[in-house]
Amino acid sequence: MEQSLFRYIWIHTKRDQLWILFVVLLSLPPYFLFYDLPKQIVNVPIIGAGFETEGATVRFLEISFSVPAWISSSGQLDLFSGFELDRLAYLTVLCIAFLALVSINGMFKFYINTYKGRLGERTLRRLRYQLIDLVMRFPTSFVRRMKASEVATMIKDEVEPLGVFIGEAYVDPVFLSGQAIVAMIFIMVQNVWLGMIAFAIVLFQAFLIPRMRHKLLELGKARQLKARALAGRVGEILEGVSEIHVNDTSNFERADISNRLGSIYFLRFDLYQRKFFIKFLNNFLSQITPFLFYFIGGYFAIKGTLDLGQLVAVIAAYKDLPNPIRDLINWDQTRLDVQIKYTAVISQFVSDDVHPPEFQAAVTDSTVRLSGEISASNVSLIDESGAKLIESASFKIPVNQSTAVIGDVNSGAEAISEVLARLTPPTQGQIHFGDQNLYDLPESITGRRLSYVGPETYLRQASVRDNLLYGLKHVPMSGLTYTDEAEKKRNEEIFEANRAGNTTLDVNDDWIDYAATGLSGAEQVDERILEVLESVDLADHMFNLGLRGLIDPDEQPELTKQIIEARELLQKKLKNSDLADVVKPFDPDTYNDQMTIAENIIFGTAIGDAFAENELASNQYLLSVLSQGSLDAVMFEMGGKIAETIIELFSGLPPDHPFFLRLSVMTADDIPEYEATLSRVSGLDFERVAPEDQAMLLKLSFAYVEPQHRLSLLDDDLRNKLLAARKAFSSSLPDELTNAIELYDLESYNGRSSLQDNILFGRVAYGVAEGAKQVHEEILSVLMELGLRSAVLSVGLEFNVGIGGRGLMAVQRQKLSLARALLKRPDLLIINKGFAALIAGQQKQMIEKVLSSVKNTQDKTQSGVFWVLANPVHAAKFDHVLVFVDGRLIEQGDPKELNRKGSQYSKLVAYDE
Amino acid sequence: MSLDDEVGVLRRIPLFSKVEPSTLKLLAFTSERVVYSKGQELFHQGDPGDAAYVIIKGSADVLVDAPDGQISVNQVERNDIVGEIAILCDVPRTATVKTLSDLEALKILKQQFLELITGFPEIGIDVMRMLGDRLSKTTAELTIARTRLHELGKPGLECGPRDIG
Repeated sequence: MEQSLFRYIWIHTKRDQLWILFVVLLSLPPYFLFYDLPKQIVNVPIIGAGFETEGATVRFLEISFSVPAWISSSGQLDLFSGFELDRLAYLTVLCIAFLALVSINGMFKFYINTYKGRLGERTLRRLRYQLIDLVMRFPTSFVRRMKASEVATMIKDEVEPLGVFIGEAYVDPVFLSGQAIVAMIFIMVQNVWLGMIAFAIVLFQAFLIPRMRHKLLELGKARQLKARALAGRVGEILEGVSEIHVNDTSNFERADISNRLGSIYFLRFDLYQRKFFIKFLNNFLSQITPFLFYFIGGYFAIKGTLDLGQLVAVIAAYKDLPNPIRDLINWDQTRLDVQIKYTAVISQFVSDDVHPPEFQAAVTDSTVRLSGEISASNVSLIDESGAKLIESASFKIPVNQSTAVIGDVNSGAEAISEVLARLTPPTQGQIHFGDQNLYDLPESITGRRLSYVGPETYLRQASVRDNLLYGLKHVPMSGLTYTDEAEKKRNEEIFEANRAGNTTLDVNDDWIDYAATGLSGAEQVDERILEVLESVDLADHMFNLGLRGLIDPDEQPELTKQIIEARELLQKKLKNSDLADVVKPFDPDTYNDQMTIAENIIFGTAIGDAFAENELASNQYLLSVLSQGSLDAVMFEMGGKIAETIIELFSGLPPDHPFFLRLSVMTADDIPEYEATLSRVSGLDFERVAPEDQAMLLKLSFAYVEPQHRLSLLDDDLRNKLLAARKAFSSSLPDELTNAIELYDLESYNGRSSLQDNILFGRVAYGVAEGAKQVHEEILSVLMELGLRSAVLSVGLEFNVGIGGRGLMAVQRQKLSLARALLKRPDLLIINKGFAALIAGQQKQMIEKVLSSVKNTQDKTQSGVFWVLANPVHAAKFDHVLVFVDGRLIEQGDPKELNRKGSQYSKLVAYDE
Repeated sequence: MSLDDEVGVLRRIPLFSKVEPSTLKLLAFTSERVVYSKGQELFHQGDPGDAAYVIIKGSADVLVDAPDGQISVNQVERNDIVGEIAILCDVPRTATVKTLSDLEALKILKQQFLELITGFPEIGIDVMRMLGDRLSKTTAELTIARTRLHELGKPGLECGPRDIG
């Protein structure tokens, strides 16, 4: 990147800068006319110069030149005789001209400001884009040393002030110094000595201010670095928050942050003091010049050596000098400031080893294959600390066969897989695939034909499906076309992207390379994903996620219909099985004993806060429904009974007593509060109880479930009343609440409940041994019967894995990453450790599954596998084995041949058995 | 069945006969009542033990694994308590309990059971007495078994007392 901001701006905005300069010059004549016109208006039509006689007129817009007599005898050449105007008409014309100039000046200003702003934004966009582009072209090892949050703050915040400056970078100094020079010359013309005085003071300012500002700029730079480091620390606190808790270091972190904020404060304060002192000095110097004019000029005027008119003119002209000078000084200040900011950012983006852009060119052709032999010749790798990770390793393996790499930690086994995945270039030696040097190949080949699964997996915060397909998004594939409005908008986007040097590839296009994964189009992609998920043993998990997932009935009407079918089938099956009593379906005409009383009344899924569990006892609508059925007092009384029972049972127990764990409706801390409530309301009628106390007790009765709490508080009469309340609740639900709840309806899909809940459409009874498990199995069998496994799995694919994939367990993340690697159908699949967390039996199974799934039955090709094994025992399943000890490749070959007495291979294998 | 009925059941269990009704009510309130159908297992030999069960209704077989399949060593029914050994001694389940009919039981979690014993030493003594009874019964059976083995001419085969839990 360009080290000088000015050069950077000039290179990228030359044409625009020249144009804006031209426009600024163009805007000057009307600008000066605008200042001149008021004088004319006052002097001519108002005061009446030229209108001394009654009925006098003047000529307006007369165009005539004085010419030599041989052209015209009168000595005047009249091109246009102009309009004859009387005094009032002249006033009107001049005022209209004034109005026109106001508009013209305004429009110039508008155009220039917009143009400058746009220019700045474009350049800023270019700069930010280039920085990100660089990050992606730097070697991996270099990027790993950068702090993510610092880079983010550099790209987002630190370059921001550049945007404003870029538009003014060239125009302002030209324009302002022009103004200043004109004023200076004018003064000089009036009186050389006074001019010299003004010039000397300007020179003094130009000499002194930058020197004083030097310190200011240093402070600014220090502040920028401190602020950046602060951003880095904030990032660290967020990422390492669990370390803070387990080590009780929150106060240390507080002290550190306080210290940093403090030093930023002091820097800022120092900065303000200096900044405003300079401002003061600047103003002072500007205003001291008139003093000298008055004093010295006055002296000469009194002495008679200076014309009074000249003195007045000089003072008037000087009025216009300080403003451009001040603005120039400000401009210079900003210039230095942004130059420092720019340099401080750019210096972080310097590496000797940046891949050229061609290296990552968006190549559409994906027919190139890696084939032949992988040959490593004398590959050595030395890390930053100087330790030798690999010492002169050489081997030759066919690309499409399977190789196991075994060795202890730091034996070189892991390092060689990173070298092969082109993550870490070897210090010496070369790797060839066939006759091509691996490190000369562009990423469009290595990134598509190699797959790498490392010990740690980073997943993007997106759905499982997006994460799986990420490995297939190399270039836009379909060439998305737009029509009408969208086309216009897209063209504008492309135009702007080009102007800012950004890529014009369309992110909204379909980027998935279906052919690479052996498909002809988007329709089969789910099928292929499922196949891959099965082979990494992740399908069941996705299925369960799908069961717990939500779908939008409007978007997936087909699946919605099928789920309703599944619901009907399940209910039919349950009715005729032993599980008939285990599930209580949501029947609008029956009280459901397995639900709480509140759930029985609202009988639907709450959306948002209005009917959230904690808010129910104070929900006015629900309370009004209860009072209509005269249930409010009953519920209140029931709450009182529950509270009494619980207090009676628990009051003597210490708050940490394990019995409290079994108490669902309140906690140990609530007991004193309920005791107080009970004593307040005792003997009072319901109506006279304070609303808060009502809510306290209603909360208890609302949460009551007879089979769970077994206090015999529900009889059939009350059940019928509650059923009536349910009917009343749904029939008179006010409009503003219809969106706060989705009522249970046997015929329709509940978009707010999970697939599983929609199929079950009921509650599993309390206290049935393994009831939930049996019902789950029944649901599974219904889904299988209806052939809905893949449909549910597809819903599971929409599961968002969370930041860095934290929504999944480590093993699942790794499986997902392996699935992504397999989906690419690479020529070589490199697996570095991984699956160490799986128990031995599962590891073996996983290896067998992967080795069989890389055989591509469709076109009879086979991907090679290069697997750094966590457990050497499984090496026998591979075609080749590389044995690393202390960075040296000491044995290689067929595992059967290597398994001889005394070999390192047999030792490693035996050790782990 | 309501909480009060459950308290009634608990009171009829010899082990809890000396415990105050209010404590039994608390025990009943904080315990889960579980319904089993015929042939289901309450727990399986070798599983970690987390709860004891008081049988309210129905009966169950106590089975231990033997080289040629499971042998029934005891039967339990209403008012009996099973599974307390595993939570008292922190050992895996020493037997499998499988229902012989539909069965209802009160599941008392390990923590609750231990609290009960510390809170009511009488219960502790009763548990000891019950275990002692079982031990003497088992020892008597063992003596008979040894004698039989001796008569069959296989002396010296070591056999330890076995109990359920």
